[in-house]
Amino acid sequence: MSAILEVRDLRTEFRSEAGTAQAVDGISLLVGRGETLALVGESGCGKSMTGLSLLRIVPKPYGHIVGGEIRLDGRDLLKLPEAAMRQVRGNEVAMIFQEPMTSLNPVFTIGNQIVEAIQTHRDVGKAEARRLTVELLDQVGIPDAGRRLDDYPHRLSGGMRQRAMIAMAISCKPKLLIADEPTTALDVTVQAQILALLRRLQDELEMGMILITHDLAVVAETASRVAVMYAGRIVENGTVREVLRHPRHPYTQGLLQATPHARKAGGTRRKLAEITGLVPSLYDMPPGCAFAPRCPKAQAVCRSTVPTLAVGGGNVACHFPG
Amino acid sequence: MYRVIRIVRRRLLQMIPVVLGIVVFNFALLHLAPGDAVDVMAGEAGASNAEYVAQLRQQYGLDKPLPVQLGNYLWHVVQLDLGYSYRHNRPVLGLILERLPATLSLMLTALSLSILLGVGLGVLAAWRVRTATDTVISIFALLSYATPTFWIGLMFILLFGVTLGWLPTTGMESVGAGYKGLDRVVDIGRHMLLPAVTLALFYMAIYTRLMRASMLEVYGLDYVRTAQAKGLAGGKIAFKHVLRNALLPVVTVAGLQVGSLLGGSVLVETVFGWPGLGRLAYDAVFQRDFNTLLGILLLCSIVVVLANLVVDMLYAVLDPRIEYQ
Repeated sequence: MSAILEVRDLRTEFRSEAGTAQAVDGISLLVGRGETLALVGESGCGKSMTGLSLLRIVPKPYGHIVGGEIRLDGRDLLKLPEAAMRQVRGNEVAMIFQEPMTSLNPVFTIGNQIVEAIQTHRDVGKAEARRLTVELLDQVGIPDAGRRLDDYPHRLSGGMRQRAMIAMAISCKPKLLIADEPTTALDVTVQAQILALLRRLQDELEMGMILITHDLAVVAETASRVAVMYAGRIVENGTVREVLRHPRHPYTQGLLQATPHARKAGGTRRKLAEITGLVPSLYDMPPGCAFAPRCPKAQAVCRSTVPTLAVGGGNVACHFPG
Repeated sequence: MYRVIRIVRRRLLQMIPVVLGIVVFNFALLHLAPGDAVDVMAGEAGASNAEYVAQLRQQYGLDKPLPVQLGNYLWHVVQLDLGYSYRHNRPVLGLILERLPATLSLMLTALSLSILLGVGLGVLAAWRVRTATDTVISIFALLSYATPTFWIGLMFILLFGVTLGWLPTTGMESVGAGYKGLDRVVDIGRHMLLPAVTLALFYMAIYTRLMRASMLEVYGLDYVRTAQAKGLAGGKIAFKHVLRNALLPVVTVAGLQVGSLLGGSVLVETVFGWPGLGRLAYDAVFQRDFNTLLGILLLCSIVVVLANLVVDMLYAVLDPRIEYQ
């Protein structure tokens, strides 16, 4: 497996009057060609900020990428000038977002917005770009693509809009697709369709994919490897099989216990466990392990020393991995 | 296109009761104020007696009960007859139509100036948010907003007319110069510059602040992030994706303010001696020349209602989500 994306020690800060928050605090990731990496965690743990950092579009003026490396096919994106970075966005690395309702500009037709994406990166005429757009809409399963092209986003359902977003994202055949909670805002039945679509496109285009989600069922269904994030750091990573079957970090264990499972016929009802407490504020992080205040196994060392992945033997950032 | 025509037709029909309502309201309002044209005339004559006054009133139809006067007036208005100004000794309609071009050109120039400058400065401030440029623009807008219009007008006259002598300060054309063609346009333009800028500054300030806030709000929306993720350049994002959405509130407010812009022109026309409706209205108030005043008010209300129609059309063009059933 050759890695197309290699992230090392990425750090993104938010600076405001309230102080400085480490939204992404030294994250390292590896994504192979055609592979799906799931980035999992609660809201506010830095998953989305990691995605935006990879494209260098963290919200200004507060967000700043302050360190690390983002290597795409060996080239460090953080060292590129802005103009060259624009050539990467939407072209080599594309991104889709959680809210298909608001992610498309309401005053332009979806055709217009996809044509714009194509013409930004490919030297093709308007007619050719439109033809390609119809093909793309067809490819993502939008019926009657030739006519849908000239519809405004408010005429499409949520699922159709997310398909249009996906068509836009794959319009330049990116090497890597970052999907930030792509199914969270959709109905369950539509969720399954969109995930199937993403898997199919990934095979066809041999894209690497980073799937940002809080839904472990989606992870199990879609990803091959998973990285669990907590408060801006990765606390556990490994293959989906390992991590979901034998979670070693107390946070991952808690997440799994908090996920409802369908009861097997004749099985016993299992009580849904919750992780007590709240994610600490990024402006007011405890010293030591960020999870310690909520962790049932926390000892004195947890409250004083930040555990690295190396502490837990390479895959888990915990002083006392299970 | 058929859709648009149908909307316009329906809106024009809706205008009729609105405008008639405004006429009745204005009529009642004006007659609440004490005094009429005859009082003023009698006062100006210096020597008059009660019989002469009564005779004048009878002559002008001012002795009839108010409802009858109103009925007469409405009956004439429906026939596009705005009555007779006893002050100017000529029909009101002719009087108004003569002054209308001066006011409309001043108003439209001021409106265009305020929108262009306001939108431009607002976009610039939002683009350079939290920089020195933003601060300078915001202070400029605040000053323009807070300074009384008549004072700005007087200071402009003092600075550009008296001290520097660059621009004429009164009237619409150089009297007796007899300019023709392009020279005349330039001459009128030079006369218009100070009153138009004076009138525009206040509205420009509003649009600047509105546009800045609106741009910043739209900048935070999801589809702007999508545009960034597509690899678009900053200028393309600002001028294609943000600007068009951010313009909507400015269009709304500008449409609403056409009325107050007309009101503001009264002041500016008085300060700069601009021969428009504003001056005519101002004089009509003091002369109790109700027919003229009612005519001007009626015309202004028609302009305002038409402006609202234009705004609605513009809205439908700018925002495809608006569909009229």
